[in-house]
Order: sequence, then C-alpha cells, then structure tokens
Amino acid sequence: MTLEDLYQEIILDHYRSPKNRQGRLEDEDVHVHHSNPLCGDEMDLRIRVDGEQIGAIVFDGEGCSISQASASAMTDAVSGRELDDALDLAEDFRLMMHGSDPRRPDDLGDGIAFQGVAKFPVRVKCALLGWMAMKDAVETYRSGDHEHTVTHEEL
Amino acid sequence: MSIDPQTIRKDFPTLQREVHDTRLVYLDSAASSQTPRSVLDAMNHYYEHLRSNVERGVYEISARATELYEQARTKVAGFVGAHAAEGVIFTKNVTEACNLVAYSFVRRRLGPDDALLVTEMEHHANFVPFWHASQDLGFELRAVPVKDGTQLDLDAARELLADGKVRFVAVSHASNVLGTINPVAEIIAMARAANPDVTVLVDGAQAVPHLQVDVAELDADFYGFTGHKMLGPTGVGVLVARPELLADMPPFLTGGSMIRDVRLDAVTWEAPPHKFEAGTPPIAEVIGLDAAIDYLTDVGMDEIRAHERELSAVFLDALADVEGLTIHGPTDPEQRFGAISFTLEGIHPHDVGQVLDRHGVCVRVGHHCAKPLLRTLGVNATVRASLYLYNDEDDLQPLLDGIEDAKELFAR
Repeated sequence: MTLEDLYQEIILDHYRSPKNRQGRLEDEDVHVHHSNPLCGDEMDLRIRVDGEQIGAIVFDGEGCSISQASASAMTDAVSGRELDDALDLAEDFRLMMHGSDPRRPDDLGDGIAFQGVAKFPVRVKCALLGWMAMKDAVETYRSGDHEHTVTHEEL
Repeated sequence: MSIDPQTIRKDFPTLQREVHDTRLVYLDSAASSQTPRSVLDAMNHYYEHLRSNVERGVYEISARATELYEQARTKVAGFVGAHAAEGVIFTKNVTEACNLVAYSFVRRRLGPDDALLVTEMEHHANFVPFWHASQDLGFELRAVPVKDGTQLDLDAARELLADGKVRFVAVSHASNVLGTINPVAEIIAMARAANPDVTVLVDGAQAVPHLQVDVAELDADFYGFTGHKMLGPTGVGVLVARPELLADMPPFLTGGSMIRDVRLDAVTWEAPPHKFEAGTPPIAEVIGLDAAIDYLTDVGMDEIRAHERELSAVFLDALADVEGLTIHGPTDPEQRFGAISFTLEGIHPHDVGQVLDRHGVCVRVGHHCAKPLLRTLGVNATVRASLYLYNDEDDLQPLLDGIEDAKELFAR
C-alpha cells in the first residue's frame, strides 16, 4: 500500500481547491456541527432543501486532507439529489469505507477516489466525517429541527 | 562520558527492524519508549523459572518471585529518591496513580471551602481525576496559565495561591507536549508558603525517563510515573508517597491481597504499600521495570540528560529553519527535554504523520491528551517528535525529508 493509494491526485485537488466550502448559506434549513475530539476534526455542514431535493449544500471546518477533501467531493456528489437518494449514496460510501465494492460508483463522483482509504483503517473516520454530517443534516431536517451537534467518539 | 546511541541501539530489538523498506526511525518515546533485551530477558526469566504468585506462596519459586518483586520496590525507591521503600506503590500506569490519590486522598479531604490547583499544561491523567472530584465535592479548581506558549506563569501561580485556600496541587514535572521542564521544587515551596496544610502530587511521567529525579528533595508528597516510558514494559506504573500520608489513607481498590483479616462483619487492611496493591500485581512487569532501572543506571541519567540536551539542540535548530514550521515549546534546550511539538502551516498533523510513516519515521500526532493546553496554544493537534538515549543525529534527516515530502504533497 503506497502513499499514493491514499493521497490520490483527485483527493489532493479537492483539498487544495475545495468545492462548496463556505461558512454560511442563504436560506439554510439545517446546520449541523460534527466533531471528532480524538483527532480534533471539526465540521459545519449546511443544507437548503428545495422540495425533496438538496437544493444547496456547503461545508466549513478544520481537519486533515482526507476529511476536508471527502466533504468537498461529497457536496458535489449529492447536490441536487433527492434526500432518499443522497442517504442511499451515503450508505454506499460508508460500506465502501468498510471494504465493499460500491453499488453506485458513477454516482459517487470523485468520492470513488477514496476507495483506497479503506486500506488505512485509522483514516476511515476522516473520510466518513462529511458524509455522516450530510446524513445527519437530512435526518435533522426530517425531524423538523434546524440545528444538531454530534461528537464522534471512535478513533 | 558521552553515550553512543549506535551501540545502545543494538540492545533494542524493535530498532533493528525496517518498515516500508527503510530503517525504523523511532521518534515517539514520549508516548512509549523501546524496551532493551535485558528487560525482556528479566521478564522471561520470571516466566521460565519462577512463574508463580507473589506474597503468599510457601514454596521456593514463589518466595524467590516475591523477593524479586520486593527488591524492585527498593530499587525504584532508590532510583527516584523516594522517602522510603514502603512509600512505593505499584499501579498499572500514571492514570491509576493519580486516581488513587484522587479517590483515597483528595475526595476524603477536600470540601466546598477548599481549592485545588492544577496547571493548563497537565496531561489529562493529572487533571481529569481532580476535575471529576471537584464536580462531586464542590471544591474550586484553579489552573496556572501557560505564559508565551512555553512556561508556567509563576506570578499567576503565586496569585492563585495567595488566599491560602489551595489545599492540593497537581502539577507535571515536564510537559508531554511542550517538553518544558517545570520548576516543581519552586512551585511546591510557593504552595507550602501560602498554606502549610497543602499536599502536592507531581506527575513525573515525562521526567523520570530523562532526568535524575529526587522526590524527597523536591519535597513532593506524591509522585507518579510509569514503566513503559523509561525502557520498561507496559502495565506497570508507580506512585511514590510519603509513608505517613499512606498510613492515614483508606485504600483505593479493595479485595485480594490487600487485607490482613476479613470477617463477615469486619475487615482490616494490610499496612502500606500492600494496602494499595489489590489483587495479583503485574509481577513480570515489576521485574522488568527493575531491569530497566539497571539499564538506565548503567548508562547514567546525567549522561542521558546531556545527550538529549545536545540532540534536542540539533533537532530544534534544524526544525526552526523549516519554512512554515512552528515549534510549540521552549527553544532553549536547558529548559526542556526532547519532546518537540510542531505544526506545519496549511498541513494537518495527521497528514504529516502519515507521510512521515512512509519515511519510517514514527511520531505522535494529535492532542497528546492535553486538550486544555492545545486550546491555549490555539491549535487542535500537533506533530510531536520525541528523543531518547537511542536517538542520534542520523534520525534527523529522515524527519526533515518527510516534512519536505509532506509540504510538496499538500502545497496549495
């Protein structure tokens, strides 16, 4: 397993020039804050729901290249999707991080570049942070709330 | 006489191996040190020749194992200048040593009118047990701030002690993040001047492996450290205490081996230190710790200190020249030991650590179990390279190469 398997050029591109990285969102419906106290990663994720679709999604935060790049790729992949579809994609990504072949490789977009992260167990939680925040944002929206804070305990 | 790390390395099996087809460069001794062959041999000798329980067997090998176990207690007492061998308690680590003090002393003695002084640079082991006690008992928790991101602010400490309400002080001898060696003797004297009825616990986890320590001379009441950071095995820590304090303290953990008599309606405790060693202790580990002390003593603590001071200067100078790199801690090697924390502009410590790993370089990345200090420093993680007697100047270039590699990879 080489370093290049982990830090693929697509991942580094997202890290250097993240997509949808903003600290605020006009007419936001939900804001979630996710952190991992063990490594100090912090992520704010905001979504606006148009009908049953993710109308807009932005993230901001501090963390390693994998967590920031994965969140960036995630926002691209789920933008404009039906909420259920986005949740299904998040589940596909989660299973991929645990070693499964993705069911929807094309829909994951640049997210597919993170497949190699599965071979670096200590970095899996980094790649999952943005996706889990998005899933939480959708669930928070459906519960009728606007804010939610989650602390991930697993390393 | 100066020491020769290249010769010393031959005694450490793990330092002979390669990772990722390159020499293993171990720069994480502040997290856990390597173990020399002599320590492994001592533990194996117990397992192969004396395997039995201690303190209760009437037969030869148990009596001999008990002898080795108790000899280690005397060895430890001499090595760190304990008040007496009866004041040496074997625990499983420093966290347990601090909890023993929190439960058997602090929680029994302090109340809502008292205050307890910690510092901003404590490892969680020497902070959380006392924070927890303060929540339950309502005493005030005060923290000595860190000045310039490097040193304890002694003027602030004096002010925090001034009203005489501080009845307990928990302070680390050396910071696991900054590398700073704290003036604990001075802090203890200050605390006693402000309140003669004060009791002090010093966390020596990062001091005992690197400095000649004399607990009695420091005038500490309790002093904790751990075996695995000083060439010993994991699973054994030490709490040194003033024997007269132990005599009045109730036990921490109760049950096997720590009793003199048990009836259905009454229990009497063993005398210290055994009162505080419930259950079968880590016998092989204690014997291994004894051998680790022999190894350190043979090399010489003053020689180890001198070597680390010189090597720290070399590492600090080289790191200071790296563009975009910030060192967190004193730059004067006199004021510190060889745990060197740094951050690289624009690159997360986890990414730096991952790249360094590919160069065979083992460093710790993260918050180092000192989150209050990291908040003060304004970072949520650092990279920490830490040195010991087996490190040498040839460990520097792989570190620098890895840092350059990381900068190249992540340059925005």
